[in-house]
Amino acid sequence: GNWSRLSAQQSITQDDLLSFDTTGNVSLIHITDIHAQLVPVWFREPQINLGVGDAAGQPPHLTGADFLQRYGIEPNSSAQYALSYPDFAALAGEYGRMGGVDRIATVVNAIRADRPDALLLDGGDTWQGSLTALRTDGQDMVNVFNALRPDAMTAHWEFTLGIERVMDIVENHLEFPLLGANIFDVEWDEPAFEPFKMFERGGVQVAVIGQAFPYMPIANPGYMFPDLSFGVREARMAEVVQQARDAGAEAVVVLSHNGFDVDRKMAANVPGIDVILTGHTHDALPEPLLVGKTHLIASGSHGKFVSRLDLDVRDGEVKSVAHKLIPIFADVIAPDPQMSALVEEQRAPFADDLAEVLGKTDSLLYRRGNFNGTWDDLICQALLEEREADIALSPGFRWGASVLPGQDITREDLMNATAMSYPEAYRTEMTGEMLHTILEDVADNLFHPDPYYQQGGDMVRVGGMGYRIDIGKPQGSRITEMTVLTTGEAIDPARSYAVAGWASVNPEVEGPPIWDVVEAYIKREGTVSVAPNTSVVVDGA
Amino acid sequence: MADGVKPRVRVPKEASAGEAIQIKTLISHPMESGQRKDDDGNTIPRSIINRFTVEFEGENVIDVMLEPAISTNPYFEFEATVPTSGTFVFTWYDDDGDVYTEEKAITVA
Amino acid sequence: GALTLAALPMPVFAATADVDAAIAEFTGGAEMGADGIILTAPEIAENGNTVPIEVSAPGAAAIMVLATGNPTPKVGTINFGPLAAAQFASTRIRLAGTQDVMAIARMQDGSFVQASAEVKVTIGGCGG
Ligand SMILES: [Mn+2]
Ligand SMILES: [Mn+2]
Repeated sequence: GNWSRLSAQQSITQDDLLSFDTTGNVSLIHITDIHAQLVPVWFREPQINLGVGDAAGQPPHLTGADFLQRYGIEPNSSAQYALSYPDFAALAGEYGRMGGVDRIATVVNAIRADRPDALLLDGGDTWQGSLTALRTDGQDMVNVFNALRPDAMTAHWEFTLGIERVMDIVENHLEFPLLGANIFDVEWDEPAFEPFKMFERGGVQVAVIGQAFPYMPIANPGYMFPDLSFGVREARMAEVVQQARDAGAEAVVVLSHNGFDVDRKMAANVPGIDVILTGHTHDALPEPLLVGKTHLIASGSHGKFVSRLDLDVRDGEVKSVAHKLIPIFADVIAPDPQMSALVEEQRAPFADDLAEVLGKTDSLLYRRGNFNGTWDDLICQALLEEREADIALSPGFRWGASVLPGQDITREDLMNATAMSYPEAYRTEMTGEMLHTILEDVADNLFHPDPYYQQGGDMVRVGGMGYRIDIGKPQGSRITEMTVLTTGEAIDPARSYAVAGWASVNPEVEGPPIWDVVEAYIKREGTVSVAPNTSVVVDGA
Repeated sequence: MADGVKPRVRVPKEASAGEAIQIKTLISHPMESGQRKDDDGNTIPRSIINRFTVEFEGENVIDVMLEPAISTNPYFEFEATVPTSGTFVFTWYDDDGDVYTEEKAITVA
Repeated sequence: GALTLAALPMPVFAATADVDAAIAEFTGGAEMGADGIILTAPEIAENGNTVPIEVSAPGAAAIMVLATGNPTPKVGTINFGPLAAAQFASTRIRLAGTQDVMAIARMQDGSFVQASAEVKVTIGGCGG
């Protein structure tokens, strides 16, 4: 590779990152899926991110060389480091961590200096994903985001704090609205949250419609918010867009937590949406994707990026858009001192816990990717050994920061990969047939050709067992060759296996929190090494 | 009879003549399908609401035949036209012969 | 166990004969069109025991709903009286697994139209 380009880092400046030819009359600032990351992190983008149906081979389902080529990104550039996976660990050493709410504050303030009435919109997955958010029930994030002053947010993992806490935050703490056109009460089927809010900006009416994660009670424990119903509700979205237009909206923006492929379909099917600020699937795209007249924006996750979108709204319609995906290079963008102090205040009570070193890693620890990641390989190994199981399952969450090879693993790092409100590491017996059913079910939730039927995260990660998957087949025939890795024997449908896992969506699950299981393992190992995982063979991609 | 059966309905108090109004109804009822087994393996006998009717001043709005695949606490939402002031009568018929009724008056201005 | 399956997360099918019989009983074997009826159901059930559905067929005398994958496919029939402002109704139904829900309307002129929607029932878990 052209390593001399790495010296380019010296030439990246805050001014470069912020430069923008202000245009039009309305500016949108989008941040999403920060997963409670208050301070800069490492986060490796996926190596495998397969699209199916109409999304096959389309952004955001391009990775590595295909991605770099599509967007004209130079090898070993800062853009490669920020947006893709190749040479991640080496480039990380060169370009440093990304994100941090104090750096984000600097960017937001700079945009506001340019355009004081810019709309700041948060796509959700904000209050979960760190030790401090877990210990404060999201209060750290609420405090920090109140200071950042978004104009609205929508939600997903927020609801895993439990509905009482969510309503406490919305009613007593949050200084901006939580919008969700697709959130209804179960009993009488009536809207439970504000569907949209109208803002007058640059002399025009801009409607912001919230769309919460549609599959809330399926992907996460429904018992935590028993009286709410979600769903894509395409007809409802069309109705709310019309309501907003009838109320005078000249630009309609959907602040969405649908996931990119669901938004792509919704954009094609629902007329009248100018912009969808996408979320949930954690994609970072350097350009908007146009579907009909709708611009889809993907702003990444974990605080790595902020999108700026300038709209020229005239004669009741959006005439043009200018866009920039701003990478938050933590070593380049100066932290905003007030926000640094506020972040520090949130973290101070937990400083010792956060900093505690549990062990060391020889390998890059990352999670994101359709099938496996080294973080989950490590978690599965810990489950197999600590819970004496034949097979381990770890959910395909898309959140979880990375740890570089040679680094210490701190408690903060471990909690960045595990902190959530239903962490019990269960141990149970399952037949081979049931394991097959589960893998087929999860695979269909990821690879169903119609995105409205894709509820899931990435594929459930498996320890102790290998399998072959043909993503192009229908449910029931995608998964074959399930094999016990230690013996090479085929999984017997009739036999019972000891299975350990975590993050079950069922109530009353028993077991120690997953971070205790992984901590015990890391401490015992001292230094962990995770070998490349070759136990999943993928066909049909 | 099934225990704790309680109908609830939501009807606007006022409407204009000929206006289409939205009505929502719920009745708390287990809708025992007749396909479940108890802990001893015995089939729990079917016990459902099998018919639901809505009338306004003697004229029919909807008349629904229910099967065991209707969920616990049967819910219906529909639209009615109200020509004059009057009273809606909602009637649920239980397998066991019980009949539950609820009435709601509406004023047409 | 930690993972108990309330409903089958795999496609289920009732005996075709039962579905056909239920349709024949309602239509008398008449041809069915596809225009003029809308069945709205969630793509994925939040809870297979209570799946909200909505049917609308302007000009219908009655609408029958079938769950084509349930052991007993019949769900219910809504007859519209003179004071129904719209031939529309919404209710909640039980689904034994991933399947097509079907609605058939008998129009006032005696013709029939039908619509169906696939509803997925899943174990869930694994959010992004
Ligand atoms: Mn997320
Ligand atoms: Mn999400």
